[in-house]
Amino acid sequence: MEKQRHPAFQGGRSIKPGGVYWLRYIIPALLVYGVFMAYPMIDSVRLSLYEGTTGVRQFVGFANYVRLFTDEVVSKRFWNAFGNNWIFFAYHMILQNALGILFAAILTNRTMKGRGFYQTLIFIPCTIAVLVTGYLFKLMMNPVWAGTTLKNAGLGFLVRPWLGDRGTALSCVSLVSVWQWVGIPTMMFVAAFQGIPDELIEAADIEGSNAWQTFWRIRVPMIMPVVGMVAIMTFVNNFNAFDVVFSMETLDGAPDYATDLIGTLFYRYGIAGQHPVGIPEPGVGAAISTTIFAMLLCGVLPTLRATQGKE
Amino acid sequence: MDNQRFSKRQLHLNQRHIGYHAIMIVWSFIAMAPVWILIINTLKTKKEIYTNPFGVPQTWTLDNYRSIIKGSDFLNYFKNSFVVVVGSLAMILALGSLAAYALAHWRTRTSKGIHFFFIVGMMLPIKIATIRLLQLMKGLNLLNTIWSLFPVYIAMGLPTAVFILTQFIRTLPGELYEASFVDGADRFMIYWRIVLPLIRPALATVAIYNLVPIWNDLWFPLIFITEESQKTVLLAVTRLQGQYTTDWPKLLTILTLSALPVIALYLAMSKQFIAGLTAGAVKG
Repeated sequence: MEKQRHPAFQGGRSIKPGGVYWLRYIIPALLVYGVFMAYPMIDSVRLSLYEGTTGVRQFVGFANYVRLFTDEVVSKRFWNAFGNNWIFFAYHMILQNALGILFAAILTNRTMKGRGFYQTLIFIPCTIAVLVTGYLFKLMMNPVWAGTTLKNAGLGFLVRPWLGDRGTALSCVSLVSVWQWVGIPTMMFVAAFQGIPDELIEAADIEGSNAWQTFWRIRVPMIMPVVGMVAIMTFVNNFNAFDVVFSMETLDGAPDYATDLIGTLFYRYGIAGQHPVGIPEPGVGAAISTTIFAMLLCGVLPTLRATQGKE
Repeated sequence: MDNQRFSKRQLHLNQRHIGYHAIMIVWSFIAMAPVWILIINTLKTKKEIYTNPFGVPQTWTLDNYRSIIKGSDFLNYFKNSFVVVVGSLAMILALGSLAAYALAHWRTRTSKGIHFFFIVGMMLPIKIATIRLLQLMKGLNLLNTIWSLFPVYIAMGLPTAVFILTQFIRTLPGELYEASFVDGADRFMIYWRIVLPLIRPALATVAIYNLVPIWNDLWFPLIFITEESQKTVLLAVTRLQGQYTTDWPKLLTILTLSALPVIALYLAMSKQFIAGLTAGAVKG
């Protein structure tokens, strides 16, 4: 790995600079990253052990967690949002990522024409802000708007208060998010499929494997690392979703908390203050984010070790 | 490849492509229909949007755009977003490439540790730190100004920048440096004159990877900024959508205006966009 580089960069000569020299290139980035990302993330863990707003702060141990997990009101909201978030995540894993693999398998078919065109189109939603698609779908799902036109076209069954109904709201919000993000896993799987050596596919061909067998026995197993990566990314993003509920429903996860996710719950408790009191509880907010932080670390660290370890 | 087998295989595949095309056409339609509805309805009058929600306007009008641009501070919001995006990206690229240059050449346990420390941040969302960041910004007296957004976005962009750029610089052949090194150029000159121009493609990837999330971010402006003159486009959209709840063409115009810059940029350079937006997670 070292051999192609100039000797000056690997220590063959006396002018090889050491860490003291190189650190001056690294420190500016390290400082910004440390002060505004790493430190606040870690210090949020400490904050979760305190109570009270800025100024008067008191160490309370695990009281915020006890409150979050067991208090009659708070824990009900927390477990509700937690459960909703898993449903939200399930939609993405099952639909978004499966569609991603399907589209990628099609789009890496070398004899097919127009692949670039399809790729460009299906990626467009990924470039639009979640807030914008959220508001747009909220309008489109409003029965008042296209109701008459749809009824006249014999599609009256589509005219329903989708977002106001407890039974359908969370599904609609999830599906809009799936619609928006399909392009990301698609493109990641495309890159992964393209990385499979041709000889492997050809060898399978010669052995008489059909497209279906080649797909399941060779192409999918070969991209498993990327599948794992996509799963983790989906997980991280889903447990931080906020804009989609904020724009399509409300900060309370209307109707009746049916679309409340961890992101909206965190915002209400930690930042804005819970209705009707309106006083934020940074301690409880920090406890929520620390819980999610711990959950994400459990997924992220093994993935990073698995993919970075091969270096 | 042996010709006979190839043609046979192609024939075999050609028949199935109809199915593939069908799937892709259906999804393209599903992906594009809402975008069509968004844009086409901004060109209609308030009445027509109800009677003709999906079709081409009977009477085309640009009035919605005119009144939004004139009647609100939209240009100011745009300016704010633009300053935040360009400033943050410039800093991400500058700090990121400096650190990557060092991490690509200085390889010890310590440097590997620093590298890993950066990379962990690639997969952890900065939102987790929000409560602490809010206090930090209050302490720095930056709340309610767009300046509060810069440090957050720069910090958020650095892990991917360091990851992508370090990897890219490591692939540069050492001979490229040799001549100038022998001529006595110092390492900073080499970074500035040789490395930076060579890593331009990777810099573009990093820029695009960060451009979309920063332009489209609602979370931090929502929490840090209430002052009208300091709002970004996305934050302003939340207020304007309350103001125009009954005037849907205007509302859609606001949404279109806020999305258009990125969509236009994407269409102009979709290859780089797709590479950029999927770069973070794929190990190169």
